[in-house]
Amino acid sequence: MAPVTMLEAIRQAIFEEMDRDPAVISIGEDIGGYGGAFKVTEGLLARFGPERVIETPISETAIIGAACGMSYLGLRPIAEMQFIDFIACCFNQVTNFVAKGHYLWGAPAPMVIRGPSGGGVHGGPFHSANPEMYFVHTPGLKIIYPSTPYDAKGLLKSAIRDNNPVLFFEHKFLYRRIKEELPEDDYTVPIGKAVTRREGRDLTILTYAAMAHTCIEAAAALEKEGVDAEVIDLRTLLPLDKEAILASVKKTNKLLIVHEDTRTGGIAGEIASLVCEGAFEDLDGPIQRVTSLDTPVPYAPSLEEHFLPNVAKVVDAARELARY
Amino acid sequence: MSIDVVMPQMGESIFEGTITKWLKKAGDKVERDEPLFEISTDKVDAEIPAPSAGVLKEIKVAEGQTVPVQTVVAVIDSNGAGAASVATASAAPAPAKPEAPKAPAKSEAPREEIPKPESAKAAPSPAPAPQAARPAPATAAKAPTSGDGNKVRSSPLVRRLAKDHDIDLTQVPGTGAGGRVAKRDILGAIEGGAARAGTSSASATSPAALSASPAAAARPSAPPPPASGATQAHAGFDSAVPREKMYFGNYEVQPMTVMRQRIAEHMVLSKRVSPHVYSIDEADVTGIAALRAKLKGKFEETTGTKLTFMPFFVRAAVEALRAYPTVNASVDGTNIVLHRDCNIGIAVALDWGLIVPVIKNAEEKNFLGLARTMNDLAERARTKKLKPEEVAESTFSITNPGVFGGLMGLPVINQPNVAILGLGTIEKRPVVIDDAIAIRSMVYLTLSYDHRVVDGAIAHQFMGKIKHTLENWTESIL
Repeated sequence: MAPVTMLEAIRQAIFEEMDRDPAVISIGEDIGGYGGAFKVTEGLLARFGPERVIETPISETAIIGAACGMSYLGLRPIAEMQFIDFIACCFNQVTNFVAKGHYLWGAPAPMVIRGPSGGGVHGGPFHSANPEMYFVHTPGLKIIYPSTPYDAKGLLKSAIRDNNPVLFFEHKFLYRRIKEELPEDDYTVPIGKAVTRREGRDLTILTYAAMAHTCIEAAAALEKEGVDAEVIDLRTLLPLDKEAILASVKKTNKLLIVHEDTRTGGIAGEIASLVCEGAFEDLDGPIQRVTSLDTPVPYAPSLEEHFLPNVAKVVDAARELARY
Repeated sequence: MSIDVVMPQMGESIFEGTITKWLKKAGDKVERDEPLFEISTDKVDAEIPAPSAGVLKEIKVAEGQTVPVQTVVAVIDSNGAGAASVATASAAPAPAKPEAPKAPAKSEAPREEIPKPESAKAAPSPAPAPQAARPAPATAAKAPTSGDGNKVRSSPLVRRLAKDHDIDLTQVPGTGAGGRVAKRDILGAIEGGAARAGTSSASATSPAALSASPAAAARPSAPPPPASGATQAHAGFDSAVPREKMYFGNYEVQPMTVMRQRIAEHMVLSKRVSPHVYSIDEADVTGIAALRAKLKGKFEETTGTKLTFMPFFVRAAVEALRAYPTVNASVDGTNIVLHRDCNIGIAVALDWGLIVPVIKNAEEKNFLGLARTMNDLAERARTKKLKPEEVAESTFSITNPGVFGGLMGLPVINQPNVAILGLGTIEKRPVVIDDAIAIRSMVYLTLSYDHRVVDGAIAHQFMGKIKHTLENWTESIL
């Protein structure tokens, strides 16, 4: 089979799940005839018809409200945010209602909210956000942020089949840049499991989403300097794969966390705390982090480049930590 | 009542001090404000007075030891009743090394340690390859690390491994950043079976318990200076040749004093940071020499302070600094800090080194004020009575190699200044004036300046201004 992009992998997951289970519904802006802003849902309307591919007015609250209602009535909606930034409009619905249903009434909402996220494409402050941490802080949700076509397809299928509300972040920088051959058979990737992208012994680099590729590239550069970095891709942020994190730290004794999200309140802080609780006496150096700056995502390409982590920043931090 | 004597904080940025000398013994009576001990810090050497009258009951920190500020270094019994139960720190030099009672305790460790190339390799290089960093057991046992367990820089992992394997961390040379004991170091020590904290009978592994073990007692208890530890990595202590090539024939190894180390660091950094350019001029100071010869006695009689040549040069420099403010500056990255104050640092040679006390706001002082201030600063520099703020915040410096007969000298810039004036010896020389040869009192003036901000044109105009002031002296000095 020919290698496919992440975008195509996500499209396949949606098609296959809608094929498999008539309860699966797609809802969102421009997802029908137009095929979605990034063409993830191209052909979906023709294949499944307007009853299962629902186009909405420009109202994110309408999308989430309708999806939530459907999920309580036995359907399994996939709600698309045209850009994940706009999920902010639905903050109340998601955090106060969707996330708490299971806890309050024993009524989990089996829905997926998915959308293109992340920067690096000069989308500016309103089309580049990484708002995952608002929701990682919300008990009752599951948060997925994959970095490869294989994981995106397998995890989206797991999300659709999961009985809890799942937020599925799709890094738009990766949509067409990463290609991978996928198995022909139906497969899923378990939620809540990290994956080791590269084995190493000198330090652990924990990351997720687009930064996984940055870190793999950085690890290759570090290898030439004699630094053997282990790269772990979290894939799921909630629940966090604590076992994988602690096991790697206990092996390498040094931890660098890299994320594209801004620094303050980013998941690096949470992981650092987790490691102090679970592996303090295994640390041979201070836990370090490379993140975006604490500003909105700048529009100007030069500023955005400065704002985002990159290979050089990761290599510098890793080199210092290895030397420590 | 027992009164704690602490290591004082001699300035905002000073965090530790070395006790260089105890002026009293345990059991001695002391008066309040009587000098009790001498210290050496990053900035100044000073005598520390007793905080209270009484009997010096206990000396807790021996000569040669460096401790953080606010550390209790001694206890005074203010009732004067403590004489019966006096105690000295176990680190007192005499009992620790009976074989060489005259030498300071700290000199022993470096003498044995430095020539070993293994340790030289282990200490400064943050080599990523664990093999290179792994010290041989014999070296590890003699490594010059702090005797105080708290000062060994390590990590939670290293401390756990040290505890699990009963390893004394003070005996493990660190190859991590800043001399830190890193994972590779402790793994090397475990593999080499080195540096056990003690026999099984010495049950505790805490640093305090170490003094009980025979191995620890044999070590000089005053910590040796960090000769091959953290400071080794500092630019001031780089060596141009491998260390083993320095030790041959008959020699003696002298540890640098704190002051010597600071001078070394400062000089290397200054030369590295500032591109030095040198300009030389000469001035005819016949008039000034005559004025000084004439008024010397009267000046001292009426003012009580000596009349030297120095205030003439300071005055001339201040005039020139006001005319050419870029010489009175500091460099901060791409910014030039132009100082409005003329704070003139005067290099004072000491038997044990060099210090640069500062005449603050020299532009506001008259001639007598300059003379009095500089005589006072120089006197207190020689008697170790300078305060840290009196050696800080210079904006320009003057050094006088001429006082030792030097024709001229090319000094190194005293950071954060951008220029330093060197004065040669004043001597009579034949000079051509209007096609006639005359005998005049002449002096060579040298200016070392930072070419990042001061160009030759400015430097020579600046020197011209100094020369003009000196040769056309008008200010009354009495």
